[in-house]
Amino acid sequence: MLSIKNLYASVEGMEILKGINLEIKPGEVHAIMGPNGSGKSTLASVLAGKEDYEITAGEITFLGEDLLDKSPELRAKEGLFLSFQYPVEIPGVPMVNFLKTSVNEHRKHKGLKELTAGEFLKLMREKMDLVDMHTKLTNRMVNEGFSGGEKKKNEIFQMAMLEPKLAILDETDSGLDIDALRVVANGVNALKSPETAAIVVTHYQRLLDYIVPDYVHILYKGKIVKTAGKELALELEEKGYDWIKSDNEK
Amino acid sequence: MSVLVDKADLSLKYTAHYTQVKEQLFEGSSEVLNAQRTKAFQDFVMQGIPTRKNENYKYTNLNPSFLPNFNFAHKKEERKADFNEIFRCDVPQLNTNLALVFNGWFYKNENEKGDLPEGVILDSLESIAKEKPELLEKYASLAKTDEDPLVALNTAYAKDGFFLYVPKNVVVESPIQVINLLQNDKDTYTTQRNFILVEEGAKVQVLLCDHTLNLNQYLSNSVTEIFAEDNSELEFYTLQNQHNRATNLNSIFIEQQKDSRVTSHTVTLHGGLIRNNLKFILNGENAEANMYGMAFMDKKQHVDNYTEIIHAKPHCQSNQVYKNVLDENSSGAFSGKIHVVRDAQKTNAFQRNNNLLLTDEANMQTKPQLIIDADDVKCSHGATVGQIDEEALFYLRARGINEDKARLMMMNAFAHEVVKEIKLEPLRDRIDELVDKRLQGEVARCHDCAYSCDC
Repeated sequence: MLSIKNLYASVEGMEILKGINLEIKPGEVHAIMGPNGSGKSTLASVLAGKEDYEITAGEITFLGEDLLDKSPELRAKEGLFLSFQYPVEIPGVPMVNFLKTSVNEHRKHKGLKELTAGEFLKLMREKMDLVDMHTKLTNRMVNEGFSGGEKKKNEIFQMAMLEPKLAILDETDSGLDIDALRVVANGVNALKSPETAAIVVTHYQRLLDYIVPDYVHILYKGKIVKTAGKELALELEEKGYDWIKSDNEK
Repeated sequence: MSVLVDKADLSLKYTAHYTQVKEQLFEGSSEVLNAQRTKAFQDFVMQGIPTRKNENYKYTNLNPSFLPNFNFAHKKEERKADFNEIFRCDVPQLNTNLALVFNGWFYKNENEKGDLPEGVILDSLESIAKEKPELLEKYASLAKTDEDPLVALNTAYAKDGFFLYVPKNVVVESPIQVINLLQNDKDTYTTQRNFILVEEGAKVQVLLCDHTLNLNQYLSNSVTEIFAEDNSELEFYTLQNQHNRATNLNSIFIEQQKDSRVTSHTVTLHGGLIRNNLKFILNGENAEANMYGMAFMDKKQHVDNYTEIIHAKPHCQSNQVYKNVLDENSSGAFSGKIHVVRDAQKTNAFQRNNNLLLTDEANMQTKPQLIIDADDVKCSHGATVGQIDEEALFYLRARGINEDKARLMMMNAFAHEVVKEIKLEPLRDRIDELVDKRLQGEVARCHDCAYSCDC
């Protein structure tokens, strides 16, 4: 589904990703862990198409096609979804308008008829239940005045509305209490299918108690330095990142 | 010839014109208006057309606007105002009491009676000045001719405009709509003088729509004085939708007494050069003034909003939000002065001016000014000039919304903060729609446009 080969990326002349290789097949959940500043969020942003980053080498294919040539909106419509680490507040853009536009852009891309207002509201209610979201959305602006937890739930809710093929969760667990964490994880799990895949970027093992990964990768200084099964996360939790650091400083 | 002489000549043209038409100005006019004329003229002679050396006009060059050889509309044309024929306002579901001001002259709507409550007067300033001069006791008391040359010029030339009187405790349900039309077969200079008196406990909404009906060059210099007495409520909307060869000089003066509430909205959709002077004086305790403004400019259009609010009594509140979206080579200016006088304690005064520049060529000047002579007050001001928030744009794009559409959503969002303050719902919906059209680069006309053109 997603294939990253020897990816190098820099921002303002500073190299952040230094040769990433990653293969993701349908049905898989990959966790990417690593200390602060190792390049986790950069990787997520590069995949979503953020223009602040310069790709200096390597390639990414998504569903067999070159991803890097595509605009962020096209990537989204083809099934790539980024759950933002810091969902931005957009005063003046009503949440419902935003979502309806988003859903209909996706549908148009797939050659489907746009949803009517009624159909849209029905879908919205269904998906809100799925992620246990109780925030009243009518008359609210995108993320404006949402608590930290609500913002993260809102990301998962949008994911549920858009039904992506590949979801990238960028530190969706940060700032969440244990109940919110469970809700978010349940939402993610409910959307799992043999045809979809997920990349879970996180600092901590605790999210992985709820979203069980098939693979755990450790990103350090812009490279994947270790890949293993879900037990790696537990090992990290126990030993911290120091052993990775010392292993790689040698 | 030096620039200075040029400028002097230009003012001279207008003083010479006054001398020429002086008799015509005095003739048939009331005592009330004529009493101010001579002094106003002298004040204009002293000051001349404001140049950029005048601190209050430093961001706007008026010279080109006064340059053409204008025709002057000092005389009322005899015409029956067939509103449906001349103009159709297409704000749906907006039931208004309609009046027309044509090249500065007031015409009654003879087709419809409207539903104005008893005692309310919506008429021409000229006839009220003759028939009920007692209602114009405060004429020219706010608009001071020695403080602003445009006011002086207006007062010297003033013959007519609209007059609105809402007596004590009367609530006018349907809004009053005054449509200002400019139409002449030659380039034309118009003068309009308006007067609104809202008595104690009365309540009214007024919608002013400025339009041009053909492509000649126009300069309209209007002055409106508004008196809001104790516990009265006034919402005042100005919708400016002219063309690129029109100059709109619009000065509004408002005096509020205790417990009154006045909200002013200035929506600038189109026009060549627009200067809005908006001056409030809060002259009674517990008065509240809200001033909202938004402008959408492109090509070489220029908009200059100049506001001044004097907190003369304690416990008053004022709130200003002005937003501009400037595209192509357009330019804008905002100067906002808040003056809290001595002993006007417990004043709350807020002011904000946000500007969105869509090109490198567009430019904006913004100047907040606070003069605070009391010590127990809350005042704030803030101004921003910037581009669209790239992080937010990316967020929208990452949800499959293409860049153009996302930008449009962001621009609408920027304007929406001001649009949402419009209390008149059908108007708000219509403005929302017009703003959206305008931002999409379409010519947004709020009426059946007789000229499909690029200006």
